[in-house]
Amino acid sequence: MSRVAIIGVGWYGFKPSTPEVHFQGMMFESSSRAYADANVDPRKDVDVFVDCQEDMWEGIAIADEFAPEPIGGALRPTFTVAGDGLLGVAHAYMLINSGLANVVAVEAHGKPSEIKTLNDIYYFAFDPLHLRPLPTGNPFFLAGLDAQAYMARTGTPRESLALVASKNRSQGLLNERAPYAARITLDDVLRAPYAIYPMSEYEISRFSDASVTVVLASEEVARKFTDRIVWLDGIGFNTEVGTGAVELHQWGRMPSMRQAALMAYKMARIEGSPSRYFSLAEVEDRFSFMELLALEETMIAPEGQAHVSLEAGDYDFNGPLPVNPSGGSLAMGIQLEATGLGRLVEAVLQLRGEAGQHQVKGARRALVASWRGVPSYTSAVAVLSSEVNS
Amino acid sequence: MSVQKFPGTKLSAKEMYSLPGLVESSPQAKYEFSAGPTISRFLKGLKEGKILGRRCPRCGRIYVPPRDYCEFCHVPLADWVEVPDTGRVETAVVSYISVKRERLEKPEVVGVIRLDVPGYPEDGYEFAGLFHRICMDPEEAKKDKTIGMKVKARWRPPEQRTGSILDIECFEPVG
Repeated sequence: MSRVAIIGVGWYGFKPSTPEVHFQGMMFESSSRAYADANVDPRKDVDVFVDCQEDMWEGIAIADEFAPEPIGGALRPTFTVAGDGLLGVAHAYMLINSGLANVVAVEAHGKPSEIKTLNDIYYFAFDPLHLRPLPTGNPFFLAGLDAQAYMARTGTPRESLALVASKNRSQGLLNERAPYAARITLDDVLRAPYAIYPMSEYEISRFSDASVTVVLASEEVARKFTDRIVWLDGIGFNTEVGTGAVELHQWGRMPSMRQAALMAYKMARIEGSPSRYFSLAEVEDRFSFMELLALEETMIAPEGQAHVSLEAGDYDFNGPLPVNPSGGSLAMGIQLEATGLGRLVEAVLQLRGEAGQHQVKGARRALVASWRGVPSYTSAVAVLSSEVNS
Repeated sequence: MSVQKFPGTKLSAKEMYSLPGLVESSPQAKYEFSAGPTISRFLKGLKEGKILGRRCPRCGRIYVPPRDYCEFCHVPLADWVEVPDTGRVETAVVSYISVKRERLEKPEVVGVIRLDVPGYPEDGYEFAGLFHRICMDPEEAKKDKTIGMKVKARWRPPEQRTGSILDIECFEPVG
C-alpha cells in the first residue's frame, strides 16, 4: 500500500463576497493554482477528480454536472461528494491507496454570498415533520444547545469561550485568507450582547466565499512532480445519529469527531498522547466552544480540560501547541463545503514552511479536524506530516 | 372518452392538509448568481446586437457561449471574437406539453444553432452555438429539412434590449 502525498494546493477567495467571478470561474482559479503548485497537467497527469459541493448551497439541482469542466475533468473520471472537502480527501486517499489512481485532485467551494435566503436553506436540512414547525429562531440555536451542554458537563467558564474568539480573530490578522480578523480583546467579547446564548456575535463565524483545490498522489508518483511533499498519514470520517431527530444527538459532545480521530490516528500509527505528537492543530471553531470541544474529541486535551490549557496559553501562537494559527473559521469565515479543505491548505502551507507571517516555526506534524456544521453531526480528521521544515 | 366517476370521498386541499400525516413546509430558496467577467461581457454584447465568443489560445476552439477557460486545455481564455448571428439548425424539437404535462396552447419550437464559425476540429462535433427559440411553424419544424436549415437571429429593437439572452427574440429561417 502506497503512502499518500499532498503535492499541491490552490485557492481563490476567502472574501465576504466575490461578485467579480462566476462560481465555475472561482473553481478554475483555485484548481489552476493547485496544478501549477503541484507541477501537474490536469489533462494528462490527474487520474480522478473529486468535487465537494451540495445542491442547495449551489442553487443548482444536480450540480454535479457543473463540476468537471472548470477543474480539468471534462471527459475524465470525475465524481461529486455532497460533503465537506475533507471527505473528498478521504476518497482521494482510498483511490490512491487501492491503486486505482496515482494522482487525484479534490476541489471544494462555497459561495454563500450568493444565497439570498441562507437561513431558509439551513431549514431545508431540518426534519420537516417535527422540527421545522417549531419556533427555533436562527438555525444556529443547535450550536447554542451544544455549547450549554458542553459547559455544564465540563465546567468550562463562559470566559474561555470568549477567549477562543479573541485569540482566533486576533491571530487571523497575520493571515491573508482571514477577512474577519480583527484585534478583539476578551473584554470586547464579554461586553458584546448575546447572539445565541452563551455566545456573542464575535463567537459565531461568519461566511466567506472560496474555492480550494488539493492535489494528492501516490508516493512513487509524487516524487516525480515535487520535493515539497506533505504526507497524509491518516484520514478518518464519521457521522453520528440524530440529524433528523435532534433528541438523539449526544449533546455537548461530538462523537463523530472522536470516531474520526480514532480512525485517523490508527492509520497514522499514533500511539500515546496525541497532544505531544503535533506541531500545530487546525480544528473546527465555527462556534467558539467548538474549538475546545474539538480539542477534547480529538484527544489533544483530556475531557473537560481544554479550557485550562487555553487559559494557560498552551494554544497560543507561541505556545507549545498552536491551535488555529490561521485564525480559524472565526477569522477566515465558513466557506460551506470548502471549510475543511481550507484548513487542510493552512496545515499544508505550515508543514512546507510557506505560511508567511503566521508560520509556526519548525512545523512537522499537523492535525486538521472539521465538522460539517449545524445541523450535521458529521466530522473528518486528517493527520499530516512533512520533512520539508526539518 | 368520458371521465369515469370513481368511488370514494372527495377531499378539498384544505381538508387534505388538515389530516394528520401530511405536513406542509415551504422554506424559500433564493439566489443571485454572479455572471463573472466573461458572461457579463457576452450579455453586454447581446445588448449591442453582437454575439461574442472567446478563442482558446492553445487549441483554437471558439466558445459561444463564452467561458472563462478552455475546458479541454485548462487555460484561461484571452481573445474575444465577434461571431456571425447566422448559422444552421443542429437539432430542434417541438414541445406540445408544459412541465406539468398540460397541453400548451401554442407549441414551442426550440433548438441548438451551430453558428457560422469553424467547428473543432473543422466540422467536428464541438462548435460555437446557442440554444434558443426557433421562430417557425411547428408543423414545418417536424420535417426532415429542419436539421441543417439556415437561420439568422431576430433581434429585439435596441431600446428593448436588457443585456439578456432574450435580446435575441429567436432564430428564424433565412433564404
